[in-house]
This record gives sequence, structure tokens and C-alpha cells, in this order.
Amino acid sequence: MEKTLRISKIRDGTVIDHVPSGKGIRVIGILGVHEDVNYTVSLAIHVPSSKMGFKDVIKIENRFLDRNELDMISLIAPNATISIIKNYEISEKFQVELPSRLIGVLKCRNQNCITNTHEPVESEFEIVSKHPLVIRCVYCERTMGEKDIFS
Amino acid sequence: MLKNRSVVSIEDVDSDDLNDLFDLSDSMLRTIEKGGSTDLLRNKIMATLFYEPSTRTRLSFESAMHRLGGSVITVSDVKTSSVAKGETLADTIRMASSYSDIIVIRHPLEGAARLASKFANRPVINAGDGSGQHPTQTILDLYTMRKETGSIDGKVVTMVGDLRYGRTIHSLIIALSKYDVKINLVSPQILRLPEYVYTKIGDRSRIKEYDDLSSVIADTDVLYVTRIQKERFTDQNEYQSVIGSYSVDGDLVSKMKKDAIIMHPLPRVDEIRPEVDELPQARYFKQAYYGVPVRMALIYRILGD
Ligand SMILES: Nc1ncnc2c1ncn2[C@@H]1O[C@H](COP(=O)(O)OP(=O)(O)O)[C@@H](O)[C@H]1O
Ligand SMILES: [Zn+2]
Repeated sequence: MEKTLRISKIRDGTVIDHVPSGKGIRVIGILGVHEDVNYTVSLAIHVPSSKMGFKDVIKIENRFLDRNELDMISLIAPNATISIIKNYEISEKFQVELPSRLIGVLKCRNQNCITNTHEPVESEFEIVSKHPLVIRCVYCERTMGEKDIFS
Repeated sequence: MLKNRSVVSIEDVDSDDLNDLFDLSDSMLRTIEKGGSTDLLRNKIMATLFYEPSTRTRLSFESAMHRLGGSVITVSDVKTSSVAKGETLADTIRMASSYSDIIVIRHPLEGAARLASKFANRPVINAGDGSGQHPTQTILDLYTMRKETGSIDGKVVTMVGDLRYGRTIHSLIIALSKYDVKINLVSPQILRLPEYVYTKIGDRSRIKEYDDLSSVIADTDVLYVTRIQKERFTDQNEYQSVIGSYSVDGDLVSKMKKDAIIMHPLPRVDEIRPEVDELPQARYFKQAYYGVPVRMALIYRILGD
């Protein structure tokens, strides 16, 4: 157990814990935190952890995650714990879950894939492997690894 | 069981289906050779949608349907008539499936046939999608190997040419990996088999890559040749040097086993010299000839009783 909070308590928001050390920056990327961000985001990298050795932790104030964001986070941090903070207390806590299919959250990297045209379909990927991460487009059947997905 | 099912990828056809199709192809072949046709699929209509030019595949599908007693409707040039008006593939497919019992589609984009199968309420057969899959060519290739060499198991199959973009190669390697075969892949560095194909193959150790044919030609039972397209090269000098070292001529064939066979999905350009056509190993015209009975077998299994 951490005795002290490295980042001070937040009133309302979301904590993403147990992110593999070094992957926190990718999580920030998934959340779409850009220059014009209007909420407070704290990222702690390489924090000692009894379970994982080291981990990254992200805290975001006044923002909650949607299904697509949780699906994307599960791809790089399959054991991440999400805590929803309301009035300084944890009001809800759960683990992300790797879905069997990712629908509509990613673009296929294959320029020649039918899903990259104006056809009325959402992109759809199945998980081929978790470690290392490999997903396959169910349309063109091309595979993408972590580097392709998060670049 | 293939009844009422779409065949988009070779993995939509399991090994029992394949064996059944091979046997049925044999009997379709006998029917053709007796000069006959059948009325097995009388009253059934096939719609062919070719968004990309094709001679062999289109003719063999249409011929197969006619020989089964069915009829064919087609759009002579979907590309100009429908695409130009901005109609989506999804809408064209909805329309075509309401006018027919089965749809055959060839499209330049990968995944087009899978998309079509989601919007059609009729079975869809993929006749080639970009550099993706071409399952009926694969069934036909496997049938040819079995028929011309006696069996697929136990063989050494050498594939040479464009292994990167050649769609017939991708489906064929995936299908062959389910048999007890050794696969040699011979290509220039830039035309190697893409990684995504490997992810569909269980045992990679049976596949080996080579830069040239010399070390594998003597052991080969099936030499599968594909065309190397000029457009794939930015440097035309490189193309010229590559094309020379991958072409099959009488000299090369003299180093092959007497009972080995040479296959090619056609059309060929320079990669097989005309002098090879007369040699006993040449089976690519037979392979093309089997296109009709094999497609008759597949269409019948999907639409028949
Ligand atoms: N009000 C808060 N503000 C910021 N972070 C908090 C708050 N409450 C808990 N946390 C953090 O949320 C995560 C989950 O909390 P907790 O369930 O107490 O820890 P653990 O999962 O390590 O047992 C921890 O990283 C903790 O530091
Ligand atoms: Zn795709």
C-alpha cells in the first residue's frame, strides 16, 4: 500500500492506476490531452508498486471515461484499475476489460481497406494476441501491433 | 457445410468442405467432358459485380453457372455506372441481392467482399479483393495439386515471384499450412510475404524463405509461379535484374523432378518461357481448365439442395 499520495487528492475525477510503467504517456494520448486541455491531468511515471514493481498512475480532474476510451486503455494496460472519485471519495472502482472485438474506436492502418472509404460501416478489429498486442481488421484481415495502433 | 453461406476468405471453407468440393469437382469435370451440362440450378440467378477487370475468373464463374443450368446477370461496367454516381458498395449490394440468389464480387479494395457479405441477404463469393483473398482460386489450386500429383500431403511446394501483393499466394499459403507440406518462398527482398499472413499460420517452421530458386528446385514437387509486376519497382534496373533471375525456362525445368508440376494463376508474361509449355511439368493451362468444374462444385454446394 502506498502510504502517501504522490499527487494530492482530487475532488472529482478519474484515477487510472496499475498502468504498466512507461505506458502512461500512451494513456494520455488516448485521452486526447492536447495543448488546449481545460481540466487538470497528473501523470506519475515509474511509481513503486507492490503488485507490479513499478507502475504509472494518471489522475484527471472533472473528467470521466467513455466506453471507447476504456477499450483503448485496456489494449495497452490490460490490468489497469479505474477509480471514479466523487467528493474526495472513491465512488466506483473497476478493472478495465479487454473486449473481444473493438468496434468503431480505431481506424484501419491499411489505406486500401474498404473501411477507410465512405461506406456505412464502423471499423472492427478482433484481438489476435494480448502479449505482444496484435489486432486484426475483420474486413481486410491486416494486423496491427501496438506501434501501429498508437502512433 | 457451405449451404447458403458466403465464401469471402479461404478460412470460410473447412477441410471437410474442401474434400467434398474436390470430389464434387471430379464429377462436374466428368459432366463437362461428356459434353453435357446439368439443370441442377435451374431458376437460380447469379449476379456478377466486377469492379476490376478480369478475364479468367469472370468467364469461369459465368460458364460454371450456365453449366449448372442457372443464369447470370451482370453489370458490364460497375465502375462507371455505379461508382461514378457516388453509390456506396453497401447500396449496390443491397440492390443486387434483391435481384439474385448469389453474388460474385471482385473489388480493388481489401475487405470489400466481407463488407458485401454483411449487406447482402444472399451468399457472396469473393472473386478477389485488392491484394487480399481470392478463395476460389485457392480451391482450384489445391484441386489441381491433388489431381495432378495424387495428393497434397507430403509435398514440397515452392512459390516464386511476388509474394507480397499476390493475392492468390496469400490464400494459398494459409490453406496449404493446414496440410503436411513443406513450403519454400522464393522472392526478392522487397516482395516477401507480409507479416499478417504469417499470423494466420500455426507452424511457421515449415515455411522457409529464399532469394533464388537454385537451392530448392531439385526437391520441389509443385512449383507455383506468379507474376512480378513492373509497377512494384521504383528502380526499373532492379526490376530487369529481378525478372531475369525468377523466370522459368527449359534449363531450369531440366533440373526438376520428372513428376514435378508447374502451376501459375495466369495471365503470365515473361516469368514462364513459352518453351516450357510443351514440357510434361507444365500444368498451368490444365489448372485454368479446372476453374469451371471447381466453381460449379462450389456454387452448387452453396445454392443446391
Ligand atoms: N481522492 C483521491 N484523489 C486522488 N487519487 C485518489 C483519491 N482516492 C484514491 N486515489 C488513488 O486511486 C487509486 C486507488 O485507490 P485505492 O483503492 O485506495 O488504492 P489501491 O488500489 O492501491 O488499494 C490509488 O492510486 C489512490 O492513490
Ligand atoms: Zn482493414
